[in-house]
Amino acid sequence: MMAAFEPKIVGILCNWCSYAGADLAGISRTKYPANIRIIRVMCSGRVDPTFVLQAFAEGADGVLVSGCHPGDCHYQEGNYKTYARAEILEQLLEQMGIEKGRFRLTWVSANEGEIFASLVSEMVEEVRALGPFRPTRERFAELQATIGREVAPAAGAGGEGND
Amino acid sequence: MPGSDATSCGILRVVAGAEQTEIGTGVQGMSDVRTGVYVCHCGSNIAEKVDCARVREFASELKNVVVARDYQYMCSEPGQELIRQDVEKNGINRVVVASCSPRMHEPTFRKTLETAGLNGYLLEMANIREHCSWVTTDREAATEKAAALVAGAVARVAFHEPLEERFADLKQRLLVVGGGIAGIEAALKVAAGGYQVTLVEKEPSIGGNMARLDKTFPTLDCSACILTPKMVAVAQSENVTLYTYAEVEKVEGYVGNFQVTIRQKARSVDTSKCTGCGVCYGKCPTRVPSEFDAGLGTRKAIYVPFPQAVPNKPVIDREHCLQFTKGKCGVCARFCPTGAIDYEQGDQLITEEFGAIIIATGYETWDPAAAPQWGYGRYDNVLTAMQLERLVNAAGPTKGKIQLQDGSTPEAVAILHCIGSRDENYHRYCSRFCCMSSLKLAHLAREKTGAEVYNFYIDLRAFGKGYEEFYNRVQEEGVHFIRGKGAEVIRKDGRLAVRAEDTLLGRYREVPVDMVVLNTAAVPRRDSEKVGQVFGIQPSPDGFFLEAHVKLEPLKTATDGIYIAGCCQGPKDIPDSVAQGAGAASEVLSLFAAGKVKISPVVATVDSQLCSGCRVCLPLCPYSAISYDEVNRTAYVNEATCKGCGTCVASCPSGALSVRHFTDEEIIAQIKEVLAV
Repeated sequence: MMAAFEPKIVGILCNWCSYAGADLAGISRTKYPANIRIIRVMCSGRVDPTFVLQAFAEGADGVLVSGCHPGDCHYQEGNYKTYARAEILEQLLEQMGIEKGRFRLTWVSANEGEIFASLVSEMVEEVRALGPFRPTRERFAELQATIGREVAPAAGAGGEGND
Repeated sequence: MPGSDATSCGILRVVAGAEQTEIGTGVQGMSDVRTGVYVCHCGSNIAEKVDCARVREFASELKNVVVARDYQYMCSEPGQELIRQDVEKNGINRVVVASCSPRMHEPTFRKTLETAGLNGYLLEMANIREHCSWVTTDREAATEKAAALVAGAVARVAFHEPLEERFADLKQRLLVVGGGIAGIEAALKVAAGGYQVTLVEKEPSIGGNMARLDKTFPTLDCSACILTPKMVAVAQSENVTLYTYAEVEKVEGYVGNFQVTIRQKARSVDTSKCTGCGVCYGKCPTRVPSEFDAGLGTRKAIYVPFPQAVPNKPVIDREHCLQFTKGKCGVCARFCPTGAIDYEQGDQLITEEFGAIIIATGYETWDPAAAPQWGYGRYDNVLTAMQLERLVNAAGPTKGKIQLQDGSTPEAVAILHCIGSRDENYHRYCSRFCCMSSLKLAHLAREKTGAEVYNFYIDLRAFGKGYEEFYNRVQEEGVHFIRGKGAEVIRKDGRLAVRAEDTLLGRYREVPVDMVVLNTAAVPRRDSEKVGQVFGIQPSPDGFFLEAHVKLEPLKTATDGIYIAGCCQGPKDIPDSVAQGAGAASEVLSLFAAGKVKISPVVATVDSQLCSGCRVCLPLCPYSAISYDEVNRTAYVNEATCKGCGTCVASCPSGALSVRHFTDEEIIAQIKEVLAV
C-alpha cells in the first residue's frame, strides 16, 4: 500500500508582509498543514518566474508566491511587477498543461496570520485533489528548455502519462 | 526547569549537555565550505513538536556539514558559545541556526559570528519555530518539515559570501507629523537635545484632541493649562520649524536620508504680516459649524479654531468664504489693519531632508450616526462624549454650561460606555480611555448641574495610576453605575430613555433621562490609510499603525528611521501618549547621537561582462538606483540608493544582475533541497 499522497508546496514569501504574516500565524499558534516549505526573499519582486518553473522541475506539487497587498509594498511597487509577471507565467503554465491550482500568487500582510494559515490549508487541499505533479516527457523537456538549465528529472517524472 | 538551567550554567556543563554529531572530515564538493548546524529546542517551544535529535542526525549527513548539534536555547550565552567554540576548534566557516524566525534573532546570531571572527553574513537561519513547531499538530510531520527547512538552509549557506556593512551620513534633523500631545512631546525632547525639528500639522493649529478637552482624569487638572505651555514652547523653540495647515505629500529615501515634500496649504493670510488681532473673523459675515466644537458652535469662514491656537493666525476656509464661492465680499481684506489677507495665495511645496520621522497623527472618534439604535442625529440631546466635553469647557460654545437644546439644565444624564468599542458589529477592540473619560464627565456633569448621572458600562477598566481611586470618588459622589451596555435610546413621555439589561440585577431596565452621552470608540483617522502609504508603514488588523514588535519595539515600524507615537498606534490616554512621544524622541536621539547610519550590504550588482545594455531594468527601480553607463554601455547600480529588493534582478534577460545574499544560486539551491526531503 502506498502512503497517502502528501503534496509538497514551496512558498516564496516577501520578508516584510507575507513572511511576517506566516510568523504571526506561528506566534498565534494557528495550525495549518506541514506541506509547505517557506523560502524568504526581500520582496516578491525578486521572484524570477523561472524559480517557479524550477520548483516544479525539482518535484514541487504546488508553488505559492506571496507579497504585500497592492499599495503596501515595502519597496513601493515591487509587488506590481510580480503581479504583471505572474499573469504571463500563468499563461505559460497553462500552455504547458500545468493545472491552474498548482500556482498561486497572493497578498498577505504582516497582520494576516490567520489568513495565511487558511490560505495554505486551502491550497494544500486543492493540490492534494489534483494529485502528484508528474510531468510527461514532453512537458519536462519544455520545462527544461524554458529554464535553460540542466535539471535532474524529479522522481516519477519522464513517464508517458500522468499515471 | 530546563530553561533556567540552560541559561545559568557554565560553559563546561553546557558543552557536556549538548548533544552533538561531529564528523570532522569527509566534506564533499566545495572543499572550503565547512558548515556547523545548530538545532535549537527553544525550551519546549520547538522540541515539543520537533524531534531535534533526529533533525541534528539528519543535518550531520548533509553536504559540507562538519558539525551538528542540538541545544536547549541557542540564543542564550552558552548556546552562542557553542558556535564560537566550533569556529575555533572545528574551523567552521558557515553557520546554520535552526530556531525561531530570522526576523527575531538574525541580528543576535550575526553578532555571535562576528565575535567568533566570522563575517555575520555567513549565517543562515531555518525557521523551525514560527513556521514549523508552532503551526503543526503532528510531531512526525513537523520533524520532517524541520529537516527540509534545515536542508534548504544548509544548501543556501554554502553560497553566502562575507559582506561588509557600510555607513552612510545621517541628516541630524527630525520630522514630526502630527501636532497633538505625542508629537509636541517628541518635538520638544529632540529639540532640547540640540537637533533641528520640523513639526507638520494638518489643522490650522497644533494641540490635537487634547486641546478640545476640559479637564483631564484622574487629577482633574485643566487640559489647556497643561497643554498650552507646551504648544507655546514648540512655537518659540529655536530648533523647531512649525508648519500648520500643511501635509506631507511624498517621502523618498531611507533612514538617515529622507527627502520629504510638504504641502503648505494656502492660508490666504500672509503670516508675516498678520498680528493675530482677530478683526477679520470679527467682521466675517459667514458662519460655519465649528469642527473644533464637534459641530455644536459655529466659527467664521476666516477663523482660528480656538482662542489659544498656535500659531494664532487665521486661515480662510475657501469652501465657505464668499470671496471664493461667490467672488464678492472682501470684508476681511478691507478691515485687516496690516493688509495680511491674500486671496491669491497658492499652495506651496517645500522639500526638506530628514534623518528620521516620527508619526503622531492621532485618532478621531467614531460617528455614532452609523448606528441608529442610539438615537444620535435622530433625537435632540443625544451627544457624543466630545460634544459634552466642549459644553463643559469654559471656552466652549455655552461657556461651560451643560444645557439641553432648549437652554434648560438636565435633571438626569445617561453616559453610555463602549459605543462602537468592544462590539463585534463595529470595533472589537477596547478604546481604553473611555471608561475614565466617562467617569470624569460624570463627575463634571454632577458637579455642574446636580443631575442624577447614570453610567451604563460593560466592565469598568480603571487601570492607571490613581484611576481606581478616582472611580471610588465618583461612586461616593452619588453617580449611578448600571452594569449593562446601553442597548437603545428611545423617546418616551417627552424625554429620552435608555434601555439596558442590568446584568447585576438580572433584569431589563428603562431609565428616563434628559440627556444621553455616547462615549464613542477611538478610531484611526479617516486618512490613515493614505498616510500609511505615503510613509510606507502598515496598519494592524484594527486599522491603527503597526509597530515593529508589540512588546519590544512598540515605537519602531518595519521601516528603519520611521517611528510611531501616541494614538495613531492604538487608543491611549494622555500619560501613555506623552510617554510614547518621549520614547520615540529617545529612539531618534540615539540614532542622531550615533551620527552615522548602517546601510545593508544586500544590494544589487551588475556583471558588466554579461550586461547587454538593454536597459529593461532601469524603469523597474523605484529608487532610480540604476543608471545607464554611456561609456561602457552597461547598467550601473548606485549602491547608496539601492535597497536590495531584487525586482530588477528578476527582470534581467541576460542574468547580469544579481542581488547579494539572495542570488539565483542561493534561492535555487534552497528550493531544490527543501523539496528533496
